Amino acid sequence: MSLTIVKPGLLTTVQDLGRYGYQQQGVIVSGAMDTFALRAANILVGNATDAAALEITLRGPAIRFGVDALIAICGGVLSPTINGEAVALWRPVLVRTGEVLEFGECRSGARAYLAVAGGIDVPMVLQSRSTYLRAGIGGHEGRALRAGDVLSIGAASNLAVCYMKERQAALQAVPFLAATWFIGYTAQPAYRYEPVIRYVRGREFAKFTTESREELVHRRFRISPQSDRMGYRLEGGALRLEAPVELLSEAVSFGTIQVPPDGNPIVLMADRQTVGGYPKIAQVASVDLPVLAQMKPGERIRFTEISLEEAQQLYISAQLSLLQLATSVQLYMKTGGPR
Amino acid sequence: MHSTIMDTQEEGSVDRITIVPLGDRALIIDWGGGIERDTHEQIRTFCVKLEHAAIAGIIELIPSYTTITVVYDPMELCDPATGAHCYRRDGQILYSPFELLKGIMEGMLGSLASTVKSTTVDLANATTSITVTDAVNNAANIVDIPVCYGEAFGPDLLEVAEHTGLSPQEVIELHCGQSYLVYMVGFAPGFPYLGGMDERIAVPRRSSPRTAITPGSVGIGGSQTGIYPLATPGGWQLIGRTPCQLFRPDHQEPSLLKMGDIVRFYPIEPEQFAEWKEDEQ
Repeated sequence: MSLTIVKPGLLTTVQDLGRYGYQQQGVIVSGAMDTFALRAANILVGNATDAAALEITLRGPAIRFGVDALIAICGGVLSPTINGEAVALWRPVLVRTGEVLEFGECRSGARAYLAVAGGIDVPMVLQSRSTYLRAGIGGHEGRALRAGDVLSIGAASNLAVCYMKERQAALQAVPFLAATWFIGYTAQPAYRYEPVIRYVRGREFAKFTTESREELVHRRFRISPQSDRMGYRLEGGALRLEAPVELLSEAVSFGTIQVPPDGNPIVLMADRQTVGGYPKIAQVASVDLPVLAQMKPGERIRFTEISLEEAQQLYISAQLSLLQLATSVQLYMKTGGPR
Repeated sequence: MHSTIMDTQEEGSVDRITIVPLGDRALIIDWGGGIERDTHEQIRTFCVKLEHAAIAGIIELIPSYTTITVVYDPMELCDPATGAHCYRRDGQILYSPFELLKGIMEGMLGSLASTVKSTTVDLANATTSITVTDAVNNAANIVDIPVCYGEAFGPDLLEVAEHTGLSPQEVIELHCGQSYLVYMVGFAPGFPYLGGMDERIAVPRRSSPRTAITPGSVGIGGSQTGIYPLATPGGWQLIGRTPCQLFRPDHQEPSLLKMGDIVRFYPIEPEQFAEWKEDEQ
């Protein structure tokens, strides 16, 4: 009932939707960078949307299956293969015992999420299975996966068990069995080349010069190589304050765009610190965080402003769509797909 | 009753509270001003009040020197079936989730001290289901922290002494002579922002920060002092180290120190440091 890591890849960690409730004690949230892809992958294997999965970064691992497993890979296109054959994304895939899932070239996006029916069964630490690398807690022994690591799989849902049982005989003849139906582009976030990321004004927006406020929407920003799960440093034009401000540290959140004195904005991501003291020019709309999470160093983004009201409406619509998606997927898993 | 509260409070001390969004899933309640004990007390009291109120949709609270950030799920503030609760069936906007929660917060702040600015939101609809215990237990928790000062435990003690014109022993005595208030916890898990250090031992930060500080290190940066719970980079001058674990992930309350705690340092010898066991606290 396990997965063995044959090769670890660049940075493969166990993540769920994050560790909430402890920020006032300085414990960061962590969790998946692209929460849409994580949720979608979980839905496709009949898991709760907050089950733990693997976040696979840029160069993927090789993973041997110690048991027949129902998996789904969503998010970045990291060219997964089993036995030399491409494994399609955004759909349920049954994998036969003993097969090795490998990853190749990163064609688009930056992070793939591998969910397994039953979830990755690592101990809960402070109510989450997410890996918090710096504190060395959560996930698998509080660290990124290494060759030789063995991960347990939790108990699959009834839905997943039935789905697997019905296809068990067929699976014995092939290394893997992918569903013909999948989550299409229209149901995914707007992952694309040079995306336009929507933001709402930050608390200190008005303290920036008129030129800087205009630059935020007119410039293309490049994701700097010094970008990671903690934050994306952006290059493309320094943003300036009208006058220097001294701010006391206060809470920041996923998507806060803060501007340190050098003027190069930083978008705070999943592993951000709980508090910060730099002026906040803007805040990425929650619906666009998955898009941003799939950008890699060297790629470019642009920004556009929306109202808070619109951002909240978009967030609610996205949540409702996801609920609908879950309902459809459950139906397809029961009936074998659209008829 | 309201006027009594007004009389005992400084003019405008609650009036200045503002509520602003931090993106689409959090809001900031801001008391304004600088680092003040009075503000801290109000923030602490209001945090307890909010926790007792257990308002649907609030995920967590993150207090700081002058603010409380409320992390919430806009979905929970909407009709779960349609997401429409903020909008009437005829499409007319009632409130955004932010406005709704802001209204609830303003109502509660009003009962905290009655002088919050009038709101544009109809509070009658927003606050009906909330009951709040006004009896907030504000008794401070006093935490005594042993520190082994100097030498390998505090490699910058001599530099601090030199900079301040004091002897290393005087630096230690002044550092141990104060009670420090934990204004907030952040930066790293369990890292306390302490107020109340004697200005005579204030020293500038190191010109080049260390890349990894030994966990438990006690440092001075400007007129602040603190303890590094993890091996993080840091620019403070290190004067000692505590054997206490500031961050205990296996505890239900992982941070040894919490906002509002009082911290007192006392010196120990290297032998005591070596023999220190957590359960002796």
